[in-house]
Amino acid sequence: MSNPQHLRYSKEHEWLSATDENGVATVGITEFAANALGDVVFAQLPAVGDTVTAGETCGELESTKSVSDLYAPVTGEVIETNQDVVDDPALVNSAPFEGGWLFKVKITDEPADLLTADEYTDFAG
Amino acid sequence: MTVAPRRTALDATHRALGATMTDFAGWDMPLRYGSERDEHLAVRTRAGLFDLSHMGEITLTGPQAGAALDFALVGNLSALAVGRARYTMICNAEGGILDDLIVYRLGEQEFMVVANASNAQTVLDALTERAAGFDTEVRDDRDDYALIAVQGPASPGILKSVTDADLDGLKYYAGLPGTVAGVPALIARTGYTGEDGFELFVAPADAEKLWQALTEAGAAAGLVPCGLSCRDTLRLEAGMPLYGHELTTATTPFDAGLGRVVKFDKQGDFVGREALQAAAARAETAPPRKLVGLVAAGRRVPRAGYQVVAGGEVVGEVTSGAPSPTLGKPIAIAYVDAAHATPGTEGVAVDIRGSHEAYEVVALPFYKRER
Repeated sequence: MSNPQHLRYSKEHEWLSATDENGVATVGITEFAANALGDVVFAQLPAVGDTVTAGETCGELESTKSVSDLYAPVTGEVIETNQDVVDDPALVNSAPFEGGWLFKVKITDEPADLLTADEYTDFAG
Repeated sequence: MTVAPRRTALDATHRALGATMTDFAGWDMPLRYGSERDEHLAVRTRAGLFDLSHMGEITLTGPQAGAALDFALVGNLSALAVGRARYTMICNAEGGILDDLIVYRLGEQEFMVVANASNAQTVLDALTERAAGFDTEVRDDRDDYALIAVQGPASPGILKSVTDADLDGLKYYAGLPGTVAGVPALIARTGYTGEDGFELFVAPADAEKLWQALTEAGAAAGLVPCGLSCRDTLRLEAGMPLYGHELTTATTPFDAGLGRVVKFDKQGDFVGREALQAAAARAETAPPRKLVGLVAAGRRVPRAGYQVVAGGEVVGEVTSGAPSPTLGKPIAIAYVDAAHATPGTEGVAVDIRGSHEAYEVVALPFYKRER
């Protein structure tokens, strides 16, 4: 599996896109995380308008064998969630870096320790 | 002390197939090869191939092998016909379940007991101790067998293409020695999926050859390798109990709704008889909790240990839960107070990490194949 170079990554296995002109970035989980979870069957995403805090839980992903917390990679306001994933959670497995994105956040603060693609690849092994 | 997990004879094959492995009862076993949902649906509609070599085989031979099993287990094994198999249990003196078992009668004086991997040593020790006064030999055959299962509606056709054995004459819960893909095997029509299927006990050295032959024979029918994850959801849909979840030393067969496996009318005494008679009477008059099925109204998944609630009170506990690929919604098996255990009971919920999610009480199983 390859982790896209244009994204940044958290140690909780979330990815973060580059911000757009409004300071908004897209968040998802990595293919490594999706594979570790197995088939995702339910995604509880933060609500639009919620403030999420870097490193803190903001939702959960249920798979066949387990439930896993979703962590916010940055701090900010949720401005959009991916209804396609709510309707069809398997998108997280089939397209974790694309159609399986989870939410968009207007960043107010971000931690200094987000990883580059290469760093994350080394980290996730 | 950590002990490295044991590997089956098919370990290299699993790794070559890209399996996600998991530690299960001290064994490194395939959890899934790709999507566990796809594997599940393959078994329901076509066929799946499983490595179950972690299961523990114990053989009893000798003139009193049947009598020894009658004393050691709750079933009437001496009455079992040669070539047939029976689902049974081994209990302690208090009636608590030590393990659930399948016993195959291989000959007039030969029985093979198949125990769960997690309990195999306990079962071996108990059988050895309990058989001591009988003219029988208890043999640890755990290292002498690999176990490969082919399960699903296409499994008879697949197996027929690689064996001359009379599969049409092989009934459910029967087993016969034969040759499959040139490999000597005990062919049993048993399984843990709720589908028609076969379990093939072979020498570990032959496992790879058999696996490859079945893979090739099943390719056209859509057979796929399947891991333990889908085995768990398959058995859950079929309402089959799993040791450590529905069955424990704290439960009797009657608590689990499986009192029919206890044969009080057999010859002689057996371990647990007195306690089990009391448990049977209790289940008849005042069952404390019953094993029921729960089907979710919503999409959050109940897990083992979650509380079942009704009217603000805790009325039970989930023993197994998973998203059901066949039903398309979460399901669970739970022990629930008798007052809330009738199918259709309103107002039952599962406490899913603080949120009370509505669940419908249903009779088990969730899924039954058409015959």
